[in-house]
Amino acid sequence: MTSMTSMTSTVADPGVDASRPLHPGLNLGPAHGAAHRDAEMVVFGFWVFLMSDLVTFAMFFAIYATAIDATAGGPGNAAITDLASIAMQTGALLASSLVFGLGTVAMKYNEGRAKVVGLLLASLALGLVFLGLEIRDFMHAAEIGAVPMRSGYLSAYWALVGLHGLHVAVGSLLIVAMVAQIGVFGLRADVKSRILRLGLYWHFLDVIWVGIITVIFLPGAFA
Amino acid sequence: MNESFLFGRLSLSDFEPLKIFHNPDLSTAIGSIASWIVIVGVVAVLGLLTVKRWWGPLFTQWLNTTDHKKIGIMYLAFAGIMFTRGVLEGVVMRAHLMTSYEKGFLSSEHFAELFSTHGTIMIFFVLMPALIGLMNLLVPLQIGARDVAFPKLNQISLGFTVVGGMLIMISLVIGGFETGGWTAYPPFTGATFQPGPGPDYWVWAIGLSGVGSLLSGLNFAVTIYKMRCPGMTFMRMPLFTWTALCTSILLIFALPPLTAVTLMQALDRYLDFHFFTNDLGGNMMNYANMFWMFGHPEVYILILPAFGIYSEISQTFSGKVLYGYVSLVAATMAIAVLSFTVWLHHFFTMGQSSAINAAFGIATMLIAIPTGVKVYVWIATLWRGRVRLRTPIVYLAGFIVFFVIGGYTGVMLANPTINFAVHNSQFVVAHFHNVLLPGSLFAILAAIYTWFPKFFGFRLDETWSLRTAYLFVAGFAVTFLPLYALGLMGYPRRSPAFDDPAFIPYVVVSFVGALILVSALTSFFVTFLVSVRHRDELAVPGGDPWDGWTLEWASPAPVPEWNFAVIPQVSSRHAFGIEKMSGQAFQFDIDRIEPVDLPAKSYIGLAIAVFGTMMGFALVFWIWWLAALSLLVMVGYGIALGFLPDRPIRISAEEIARVERRWIEAARSENLTRREDEVSPTNHGYAAPIAGARA
Repeated sequence: MTSMTSMTSTVADPGVDASRPLHPGLNLGPAHGAAHRDAEMVVFGFWVFLMSDLVTFAMFFAIYATAIDATAGGPGNAAITDLASIAMQTGALLASSLVFGLGTVAMKYNEGRAKVVGLLLASLALGLVFLGLEIRDFMHAAEIGAVPMRSGYLSAYWALVGLHGLHVAVGSLLIVAMVAQIGVFGLRADVKSRILRLGLYWHFLDVIWVGIITVIFLPGAFA
Repeated sequence: MNESFLFGRLSLSDFEPLKIFHNPDLSTAIGSIASWIVIVGVVAVLGLLTVKRWWGPLFTQWLNTTDHKKIGIMYLAFAGIMFTRGVLEGVVMRAHLMTSYEKGFLSSEHFAELFSTHGTIMIFFVLMPALIGLMNLLVPLQIGARDVAFPKLNQISLGFTVVGGMLIMISLVIGGFETGGWTAYPPFTGATFQPGPGPDYWVWAIGLSGVGSLLSGLNFAVTIYKMRCPGMTFMRMPLFTWTALCTSILLIFALPPLTAVTLMQALDRYLDFHFFTNDLGGNMMNYANMFWMFGHPEVYILILPAFGIYSEISQTFSGKVLYGYVSLVAATMAIAVLSFTVWLHHFFTMGQSSAINAAFGIATMLIAIPTGVKVYVWIATLWRGRVRLRTPIVYLAGFIVFFVIGGYTGVMLANPTINFAVHNSQFVVAHFHNVLLPGSLFAILAAIYTWFPKFFGFRLDETWSLRTAYLFVAGFAVTFLPLYALGLMGYPRRSPAFDDPAFIPYVVVSFVGALILVSALTSFFVTFLVSVRHRDELAVPGGDPWDGWTLEWASPAPVPEWNFAVIPQVSSRHAFGIEKMSGQAFQFDIDRIEPVDLPAKSYIGLAIAVFGTMMGFALVFWIWWLAALSLLVMVGYGIALGFLPDRPIRISAEEIARVERRWIEAARSENLTRREDEVSPTNHGYAAPIAGARA
């Protein structure tokens, strides 16, 4: 969401205590001066975006729920669930989020550019591991004929898991972009604000993933 | 179907303009001529830009602007172009229906294409962009801000909206549109029954413009929550801003189902998925549910800002404080929430149990309560006010009378038992035109009259504005009220022909009404021509031609780029009105004027509009390389934005002070205009305040 550049002429309200949290989630804090205050509006806007994106996912979840029995004689939930692979994917995605979180904390406490970049890259690597395992699962599904063209159920499955995967891919691309921005500009105020928002997005994808496990894979494993 | 790498499935036979040369029947000829009108229109605009040497200003002052006022004007201009097409299509359809006893002059296919484009255009590319345009123009001014929260994102929203309009315009020239109505229900619009480009045009026009609308909602919600000037508490916000906030919330929550449904429809059509197909576990009801989860809040996206506009003009043109501000706010919020609980009433007949139908029927009827509250509030505002019969009041009167009828027929339709009898009949057509024309369209026209002077510096010609208003109100009544009777007599909607001669008188009257609407549209455009010609007599540099009480009137006209020399501080709902009454308005305080940083200019919106259209077109015709390239350019530009310098444009304090001083000195030396003279050339936009505004 690099396009959400804040307006620079935001009115400063002298009554605002810059040390209090200005928005839900990790705040930059008073040590970052104006960057802390300016983050309020863009981060709020980003929360609104996530809320809206959540509704999009909700639609795909709802369609999946209605399509559970629409297998048209093809492979169902149990055939495509490989719980060991899902466990590894979950581990990779949640660890990636944790590492990203450590990166934003390092940024908040000014622990240096190298540490922030290192943690972001580690987070990216874990995200790519997740994507790789997910693609492997998809390829396996295709091998056993569980392609989306086969049935309404499989269409819903591929679309929901695929939409999450697409989000992770976009997030990975944005991590690359943010690392490049740190390289070009250093930890400038607007770069820090963008990393905060990317962090929200990255954690948001965990929440969706937990929903996916609960709705798709656990029932599949115990079907 | 022949496919090539370079042109996908595009072939010469897709080009509508060529069809006129192949000895066509009347129906095909009409379509072909329409495509020529588009081509001639485009060439004429390009020619005009060249002859008048407007290319430079177009690129350096408009297409790269992040100024909410210019973006708002562009939204409205876009809506105006699409409106012209939509009205003309309506007239062709009414002409066809007049002759369609047994068989009309259009083919069934062509007629179906017409009602599909007409509906899609009027909802997505006329009413929505016009209202979002008005939100752009008014919201920052009403809350005392210098721009919206994310000016560049605002440009991107406009870009996506334009993509949708462009794709629909291109479909008129190349390939044709789908024939499944504006709702485009599969499986009729699925790949099996309509493999052709039509439904793909719909998918990308609606899907991409939906992204724009969603981002607009986000932008305005953040603007209203976070950028109000000091003292502007929620319960001091002007009513239009309140309704804009509710609309923004609806956009944020209601557009995702539309995005999801267009994505799934695209997957069905392009990759052979089975979300909504007849076979292999597809379920069309999922489409109906998701579409209307968007579609019903959409109705309120179109009507709530209109309610805001009526609230503002009933106050301004009766010189009386809005009766029941708090009830109006509560009613607006109630409608916004309830609008998510009623979607199923769009398909009562599609197989749910009667208990579900009853629940949704009752929820639907509940909406009549807050809406009724609103109608009483407007009537009570006019009651014993000093009503001036200007153009907006004509629209308001037409609205109150006809909208009540439309509301009542809505309550009738909300009853599932009645709905079974009249669903899919002309009664429904009458109902939704009855709420959308008086409700939404009249409000937009009234708003254009009221706020045009604010942004262009001169009023619209009163005679022609009044003519337009009366013609629109009369045209609406004559065209659409007969359809109630037709529906009750059993004439189905979307039917290209009928075999009962008893229908004939009604369709003839309705066609006469359509002709009145065309003359109204003509009169609407004449209003602008006449007003531009007489702009010196109509000039209102003072910026307050109607004695407005809210912040948007507290600046010269046209509004300077920085909106306010000093960010205002308010302590009441009618801050400017009270300042004028107490003589505190127009204070020049040089010490408080500081330089202002305006958001940097950008071409991202233009890039989205151009490459988004290219991507949509390429996807429609399976030109994969072009689609991938266009997507790459858009994503690349988006990422590059983070690296490009983002230098705000600094306006010096001297410049701001110069404009402010000129405005204030004129305000002190002018003869203030009394209300009875407001449409005479003596109105220079400095209003003599009438006792009315109160805290």
